[in-house]
Amino acid sequence: MVHGKTTTANAILNNPMYSKINGSILFEEEDITSLKTDEIARKGIFMSFQLPEEIPGVSVTNFLKYAKNKITGKPVKIFEFKDEIKNYMEELNINSTYMERSLNVGFSGGEKKKNEILQMLVLNPKLAILDETDSGLDVDAIKTVSKGIEMFKNDENAVLIITHNTKILHSLKVDYVHVLVDGKIVKTGGQELAREIEENGYSQYK
Amino acid sequence: MKSQINEINRNIYDIKNKDEYDFKIKKGLTPEIINEISNQKSDPDWMREFRLKALEVYNRLELPTWGPDLSELDMSEIATYVRPKTKLNNSWEDVPEDIKNTFDRLGIPEAEKASLAGVGAQYDSEVVYHSMKEDLIKQGVIYTDMETALRDYPDLVKEHFMKCVPVHDHKFVALHGAVWSGGSFVYVPKNVKVDIPLQSYFRLNSPESGQFEHTLIIVDEGASLHFIEGCSAPKYNKVNLHAGCVELYVKDNAYLRYSTIENWSKNMLNLNTKKAIVGKNAGMDWVSGSFGSKISMLYPMSILNGDGAKTEYTGISFAGAGQNLDNGFKVVHNAKNTSSVVNAKSISKNGGICTYRSLVRVNENAKNSKCTVSCESLMLDDISRSDTIPTNEIRTDEIEFSHEAKIGKISDKTIFYLMSRGLSEEDAKAMIVRGFAYPISKELPVEYAVEMNNLINLELEGSIG
Repeated sequence: MVHGKTTTANAILNNPMYSKINGSILFEEEDITSLKTDEIARKGIFMSFQLPEEIPGVSVTNFLKYAKNKITGKPVKIFEFKDEIKNYMEELNINSTYMERSLNVGFSGGEKKKNEILQMLVLNPKLAILDETDSGLDVDAIKTVSKGIEMFKNDENAVLIITHNTKILHSLKVDYVHVLVDGKIVKTGGQELAREIEENGYSQYK
Repeated sequence: MKSQINEINRNIYDIKNKDEYDFKIKKGLTPEIINEISNQKSDPDWMREFRLKALEVYNRLELPTWGPDLSELDMSEIATYVRPKTKLNNSWEDVPEDIKNTFDRLGIPEAEKASLAGVGAQYDSEVVYHSMKEDLIKQGVIYTDMETALRDYPDLVKEHFMKCVPVHDHKFVALHGAVWSGGSFVYVPKNVKVDIPLQSYFRLNSPESGQFEHTLIIVDEGASLHFIEGCSAPKYNKVNLHAGCVELYVKDNAYLRYSTIENWSKNMLNLNTKKAIVGKNAGMDWVSGSFGSKISMLYPMSILNGDGAKTEYTGISFAGAGQNLDNGFKVVHNAKNTSSVVNAKSISKNGGICTYRSLVRVNENAKNSKCTVSCESLMLDDISRSDTIPTNEIRTDEIEFSHEAKIGKISDKTIFYLMSRGLSEEDAKAMIVRGFAYPISKELPVEYAVEMNNLINLELEGSIG
């Protein structure tokens, strides 16, 4: 967990600011290496951002409605959809007035991160990549984020949590822990690997 | 209603009717031509003289030495008066079919049923339809075309006509004074509140011609009104000219909101003049969307003449390839405790040029006044341009004044963020632009807000390169 985590996430989503020199990315047995970012999103891959962008003049609700429509290709029933958003917001301790606020504009760091989790729940991807969603959050906010992840995960989907501290793993059960160094997985284990790193640090992997 | 149309096709603006007319004056600008317009319109003598004097002023004044280049305008190639092949009607059924179809496509009769208290529709140089709800007529509200007003309310017209905007103001006002035709006249009596908007729509169909409508609105003491103006034209190869004039009198304690959506074709020179005189504790709000035209020079002006008068300008310009939109706002604080708020936005793409040009004048007598100006522009590529040219003349210390200007671009990071949520690059840009325009579009009447969003989507289609 030293270098290449965010790069990996961006490479999967085919961020044009990153170039892939070799290798390929398979998702559900399909080569998605050179698909456009929006096509990859529509295949069911979601990424939460460390620094979510602000979109003035576009409300959280309108944004989610638009994105949901693009992801599913189906019309969104607005009243049911608003209820769904409201319920998720309650679970995530987000004030419902945020439904009508411009996306991420004037949100605190914690509010932005919680909004990313809200987007994950609403868009319901097959694979959610959470890029340092826990960094910079206080204990309560980490708990809320963990709760959101617990609500999301089921047998049909997968969550890849990118983190460089293990705090989030106190309130969240994971199936695997991978240690990534210079773009390579150097160690794989279960939840106990996280505890081991907490005691001994990363230095043994460098 | 227009707001139920989800997808708009630019073609509805571009459908040309055959250039059929009852009378089209020959091209050019001479005293003979002005006399002929006066004959055709059966002007009273004072109006004929007024026109001829205005022509002299026009010939004396120079083209503006600042702003977009107007040298391609050749008045000897423009017909200044085109009378459509119908008289003024007060039922759509009486309007000739091709003209009625034009307004149908623009959604005017439907909007009239759904959300307007009165409608006027001008085709080329004359108003072809005018109607207002019965209860407003009973309350003494007058809403009619200028020709009828000149005939039926000669004193009111004579007292106000080109007094707010005198012919010496600039060359194109003088031109307007000489060849004006059509437009709307509104009088709202004291303390009458008109809750539902009135709307006039101006359509120029005839090629190589000009439209010079005159709008005169008097909102008497304590009264209020929302007036909406829309305009469009099909595209031709040679330039068309629009030099309308809007004069607004907002008396003490009155309120007027004047909304415009301008979607002229991209061969149009839009050299329009709008001015309001605002009385004591009165309010004047301008809402303006400028999308069309090849060149636009449009600077609505509020003169705050009464203590406590207030004005707000909310405007957006969207310039694409080949467009030079030089728009802005002028305000004169000419009494105590007056206030003005400006919120101007512009979007430019594919080499389009947007300029915000403004004047704020605060006279010595305007103590304890307040002026807040905010301009924001968004450029969608590296070849487009955006400028802000403010002029501020402040002649008293006892005033709060602020001016804020921001120029920005759409960042690749933001596009990536939105694409990661399933939006195509085009959708992502359109969403950002719609969001940028939202503080303005929310001030527009709902069907125009929808239309504006559709225009933005349309303008951005295929703009990814």
